[in-house]
Amino acid sequence: MRKDFKLSAPLDKDTVSILDAGDSVLISGTVYTARDAAHKKMIEGLNEGNNLPFDIKNSVIYFAGPAPAKKGEPIGSVGPTTSYRMDAYSPITLKLGVSAFIGKGKISKDVIDAMIKYKAVYIGAIGGAGALLSSHVIENEVIAYPELGAEAVHKLTVKDFPGIVVIDSRGNNLYETEYLKYKK
Amino acid sequence: MKNIHCKDITECVKNLCIKANCILNDDVYAAISKASEYEESEIGKDILKKIMENARIAHSEMKPICQDTGMAVIFIELGQDVHIQGGFIKDAVNEGVRLGYKEGYLRKSIVFDPLIRKNTNDNTPALIHYDIVEGENIKITVAPKGFGSENMSRIFMLKPSDGRDGVINAVMESVINAGSNPCPPMVIGVGIGSDFEGCALLSKKALLRPIGTFSDKEHLKSIEKELFNKINSLGIGPQGLGGRFTVLGVNVVCAPTHIAGMPVAVNISCHVTRHAEEIL
Ligand code: SF4
Repeated sequence: MRKDFKLSAPLDKDTVSILDAGDSVLISGTVYTARDAAHKKMIEGLNEGNNLPFDIKNSVIYFAGPAPAKKGEPIGSVGPTTSYRMDAYSPITLKLGVSAFIGKGKISKDVIDAMIKYKAVYIGAIGGAGALLSSHVIENEVIAYPELGAEAVHKLTVKDFPGIVVIDSRGNNLYETEYLKYKK
Repeated sequence: MKNIHCKDITECVKNLCIKANCILNDDVYAAISKASEYEESEIGKDILKKIMENARIAHSEMKPICQDTGMAVIFIELGQDVHIQGGFIKDAVNEGVRLGYKEGYLRKSIVFDPLIRKNTNDNTPALIHYDIVEGENIKITVAPKGFGSENMSRIFMLKPSDGRDGVINAVMESVINAGSNPCPPMVIGVGIGSDFEGCALLSKKALLRPIGTFSDKEHLKSIEKELFNKINSLGIGPQGLGGRFTVLGVNVVCAPTHIAGMPVAVNISCHVTRHAEEIL
């Protein structure tokens, strides 16, 4: 198990394949936020022949919708939202080249199968630690769907953003294994 | 008879929205702190410490503890001898929410229609529950509720013969189903009795009781203790990554019900269980 393993985003697939469930990681680079409404718009756009609002190859998608920024700060609190609500869309974004999702909570078998097939990892960030996580965001720009407010796609520049590899690209899954160690 | 002006209600609601979202109550913080001492899982311990650090940052920077600053659930206990001046109480409350969410840089998470889903952009309307009580005060409680945990809540229309075991099983089923989704460690509010909508409201009100306290009814206290131990034996742990602490507290309340039924509502909340109150 690696501790505080540094990752740069976008995340190349060679790095993806060496990550193991249980590794704690610090992500620096560019990640994109998208939650329910943005995913719906992105996929509808694709079906209508439009491009995605960002280069999805090797990208890191953060399931999140930030609180507004105070003056002089890049962003407000920004923790993960519950990932399963994006399950319907995730196999599609994985096929298009996503390398990692950052979120919280279980995801479906279909998504995990697609993660194995296209090589991707699922990184858990601490749900409810939005104030702490916001201190790892240095830049924030809305790049698509501003009309969605908090649900718009934000391009974030992050530094040492902390997470834990919960599901790796071979399908090892902490949500399935860890509770058994503490179950009485 | 006491006169209370709508302006004061608005001001009060505004301040409570900001306070509830940025300052974690001492009882919840203390429960997390205690859990961090006893947590056996290394990852779990680290998560709990980061959650405490998060609460400290939120307080000192007056930033929301969690970006999901919730639906503004507001309980109003309105003394029957109060006269409200200068407008309509509902408008005054919503204006307070509008200002609080704007000035506190809180996230606006309300859509005006569940199917059309267009954001109202000011987090209104609030969900307001009124109680008429004796006296000449207004007690206002703002309890913002995030939906990561709200989505995991359940209602069970049990039979009288299901009894105490039925209640325990309903809660366990809900918590197991929720798993890692509601940002464990969770706080659980359980409402038993009343009717379909009544038990749901009871379960939400149960979340207002300080964590670490027990019901003053012996039969409910024993259910709370049993559930606390049973849930913390599931191993789900902080953030669902394994550990001893899956819940910080279980609060159970009950109310009279019909001879034919035993409704049970399980309102799941998270380690960011928030509320702030003030009396006018
Ligand atoms: S469940 Fe609670 S801690 Fe988690 S995202 Fe929602 S409000 Fe925040």
